[in-house]
Amino acid sequence: MDQSKIRNFCIVAHIDHGKSTLADRIIQMTGTLTDREMQAQVLDNMDLERERGITIKSQAVRIIYKADDGNEYIFNLIDTPGHVDFNYEVSRSLAACDGAILVVDAAQGIEAQTLANVYLALDHDLDVIPVINKIDLPSADPDRVIEEIEDVIGLEAQDAPRISAKTGLNIHDVLEAIVNKLPAPKGDSKAPLQALIFDSLYDSYKGVIVFCRVKEGTLKVGDSVKMMATGATFDVVEVGYFGAGQFIPCDELPAGMVGYMTASIKNVRDTRVGDTITHANKPAAEPLPGYKKVNPMVYCGLYPADGAKYPDLRDALEKLQLNDAALYFEPETSIALGFGFRCGFLGLLHLEIIQERLEREYNLDLVTTAPSVVYRVYKTDGTMIELTNPSNLPDPSEIDYMEEPIVEAEIMVTSDYIGAIMDLCQERRGQYISMEYIEETRAVLKYTLPLNEIIYDFFDALKSRSRGYASFDYEMKGYMKSDLVKLDILINKEEVDALSFIVFSGTAYDRGRKMCEKLKDEIPRHLFEIPIQAAIGSKVIARETVKAMRKDVLAKCYGGDISRKKKLLEKQKEGKKRMRQVGNVEIPQAAFMSVLKLDED
Amino acid sequence: MTPIELYIHIPFCVKKCLYCDFLSGVFDEKMQRRYVAALCTEIKYAASTHPGCIVSTIYVGGGTPSWLSEDLMDAIITTVKNCFKLDPLAEISVECNPGTLSSEKLNVYRSIGINRLSIGLQSANDDELKELGRIHDYNRFLHTFDLVRKAGFDNVNVDIMTGLPHQTIEKLDRTLNAVTMLRPEHISAYSLIIEKGTPFYEKYKFDAVKQQAGMETEDLPTDELSYRLYKHTMDFLEAKGYKRYEISNYARNGKICRHNVGYWDRVPYLGLGLGAASLFNNVRTSNVRDIYKYVETSEALEKGVSLDFELSSPYFESEEVISKKDAMAEFMFLGLRKIDGIARADFYQMFGIDIEAIYGPVITALRNQGFMDAKEGRLFLTDIGIDVSNQVLSKFLLD
Repeated sequence: MDQSKIRNFCIVAHIDHGKSTLADRIIQMTGTLTDREMQAQVLDNMDLERERGITIKSQAVRIIYKADDGNEYIFNLIDTPGHVDFNYEVSRSLAACDGAILVVDAAQGIEAQTLANVYLALDHDLDVIPVINKIDLPSADPDRVIEEIEDVIGLEAQDAPRISAKTGLNIHDVLEAIVNKLPAPKGDSKAPLQALIFDSLYDSYKGVIVFCRVKEGTLKVGDSVKMMATGATFDVVEVGYFGAGQFIPCDELPAGMVGYMTASIKNVRDTRVGDTITHANKPAAEPLPGYKKVNPMVYCGLYPADGAKYPDLRDALEKLQLNDAALYFEPETSIALGFGFRCGFLGLLHLEIIQERLEREYNLDLVTTAPSVVYRVYKTDGTMIELTNPSNLPDPSEIDYMEEPIVEAEIMVTSDYIGAIMDLCQERRGQYISMEYIEETRAVLKYTLPLNEIIYDFFDALKSRSRGYASFDYEMKGYMKSDLVKLDILINKEEVDALSFIVFSGTAYDRGRKMCEKLKDEIPRHLFEIPIQAAIGSKVIARETVKAMRKDVLAKCYGGDISRKKKLLEKQKEGKKRMRQVGNVEIPQAAFMSVLKLDED
Repeated sequence: MTPIELYIHIPFCVKKCLYCDFLSGVFDEKMQRRYVAALCTEIKYAASTHPGCIVSTIYVGGGTPSWLSEDLMDAIITTVKNCFKLDPLAEISVECNPGTLSSEKLNVYRSIGINRLSIGLQSANDDELKELGRIHDYNRFLHTFDLVRKAGFDNVNVDIMTGLPHQTIEKLDRTLNAVTMLRPEHISAYSLIIEKGTPFYEKYKFDAVKQQAGMETEDLPTDELSYRLYKHTMDFLEAKGYKRYEISNYARNGKICRHNVGYWDRVPYLGLGLGAASLFNNVRTSNVRDIYKYVETSEALEKGVSLDFELSSPYFESEEVISKKDAMAEFMFLGLRKIDGIARADFYQMFGIDIEAIYGPVITALRNQGFMDAKEGRLFLTDIGIDVSNQVLSKFLLD
């Protein structure tokens, strides 16, 4: 295969700028799919992704393009997620590419994630070609956006294709730009094998399907291969490339190709994403430079609603972890919730997606506890612990001081809302760094913010206070000493460990009061009165009461009603099963999550 | 001879009330005749498939059965008598609405053995009757009641409702006074339930949720007021000599509705007619709910066409064998609707196991919480237990 006829690239964009639509269109225009096969969004093949309109998992597809120069080209298109939580996944995908298409919305222009993704692509030494999308919109202003790209990012954009991925307008220009402006892969197919794992998938028949980019050498069926980091060795059973929505086996993957391999791999831990595959008998001297190492930033407890499903939850988490190296989990127990797992995520969206996948794909009913960041607790004995579960906070007498993680946030906002967004950052304990106008009506605000102030609902607050005109990106900056307390919630005088959380002492009262108000609405009335209290140590700082239920009667129950009434009683009982018993109070499982969204009521 | 009860459904009414979710509709006389003919076919069929039974009660419900012309009612009761063995002391009830009875009709009722009437009044306040979409006013009810008494009926029920939109204690008092003054033998007092699929649901669904959550409401009484209306009804009727014997039922001089008590005691019963439900040999079934399917089934049977059916009768739409656990749960949640509750001995006789072995912990917990009490071998709910009986009774369902 002629390397010069291969293009490995990805598409990067801010959320909603049309990345997946463009990918669909490219696949359609290159003719590997009939129109009938064309689902609304080919690459987003998980239900969840389609519903949320975002791409969660990076996926790849191989397509054939007959260019204007008369040659056939192989395009390996790797789809990447666009949300800030998934910077890690973006970086994995980028490392498998040689170039990137930057999609910018012709009406909205550059957004925070546009910048973040471009910088990430440039970090990986990718050639970037800009594409102006949505030029069919009445509010499109491609000239302004081109100027913006040149001024703000410094990319040459004068001859950027002006397209509408939705209508298919000028997609041909994009295809030609890929051929002419993106580089072909380099690499020697006779050199020792170096193939980068950028994703993987568990299949119950084939075992782990490893997605890789062959940088050097050739990966063949029957090869004995070694994972350079884990040391595990396997015999390759199958290699192949990605058709649209299917795996297409072939004999070998030479240097420059993107494809997959299977090797009857059962143990998910043996094929770490980011590892380098080499030949067992003729290994490469060094592994490829590793991926950006990413640690979970947000932790929460995940518990099966039905305690008997604990092993199922463990299996499901193991399977998800295979596809998602950023997911971390370890067993833990809670007095209120029983046996479960403390799980680490990249962010709150990542958490919600994992939770929904567990519920939908694995049919698990889950109870989620309040997300927490990783606090550093410095003890009086000179040791330090990293706290991921508020319940494990040592006794205050043993604590010298605590630190919390902080981020540097970049918020891009139109000038009308700068004041409102500055107020928001102020309320969230933000420290102003700078403000810079990138054009007359738009500015980039930079703030240092404690991570625990943004994991709950910062994004929602940002959108509502800017009427949707602000965009946001952040990166970890380290730790900062902070005055933190543990806030406990008592329901009917009993402490509910799963509702405890760490909070800045200055906002503890406010937070506690809102928690109590929210719980009052969430907890159904019982046959007795239920006090709900928020406390710091032994000091109660807020209180609400759920009044007792006085009347709940089925007035009529005759012959024809009995089945129906029985169902009603069953529903009542079933409803109770979905609740958690704390003392003699039943708490709906949703309460554990919904109390977090306190801000916008 | 196995004693059984018969429920006969007449799915016709002059006009659909706005809160009603029963299986009934407005049909012309031609359809009514066709339906009654089909019903008589089903009665014959049911008698042939249930030999060796003796009918202890008949309850003709609806809809508004009293709207049928007297010859149709005659045809129904006569068919039952011809096909089944009928206890000479059987209780035979018919549901009536004010304005659908005449002295001629009532005389026919008497002559065919109908001995109990249940009259739907709901309220003595005309504004409330209008709001409910009833076809009558209070005066019309008085006239009907007078006709009923004059025809010689000495076992009469009157239905009333609490928890109506904008109802106050004063308005309820007017209804209670007006009804008890007439001294019917029996009073059923129901709390209004906002049922899905009714015009009331569309109108009051948000209010109903608020009511249930204990919040302020717009039109429906708050949860607190609805509790007071319900309690007031109970106190008032008891003071007037009506003894409460079930959550919503009150009787004077022991004139309880034997038919309904049978439901709570799980006596076998056959439901005949559109959508009617049966309990027989621990199998619960219900008839088809499509009136055309129903009459066509009968007409085919009459013609001797052989019918294909999967369940054990061509009339059934659903059939459920009740497991022992479900039967136990039903025994409890139905039996405990009665004020005097259930007898431990009955449970043992029915299921061959001591009630404590199954429900010991539940009973102890409920007694400790004051929702249940025991006396002379019987277990029953206390007043506060009845107030929240949905919560209490759901605890008797078994996994």
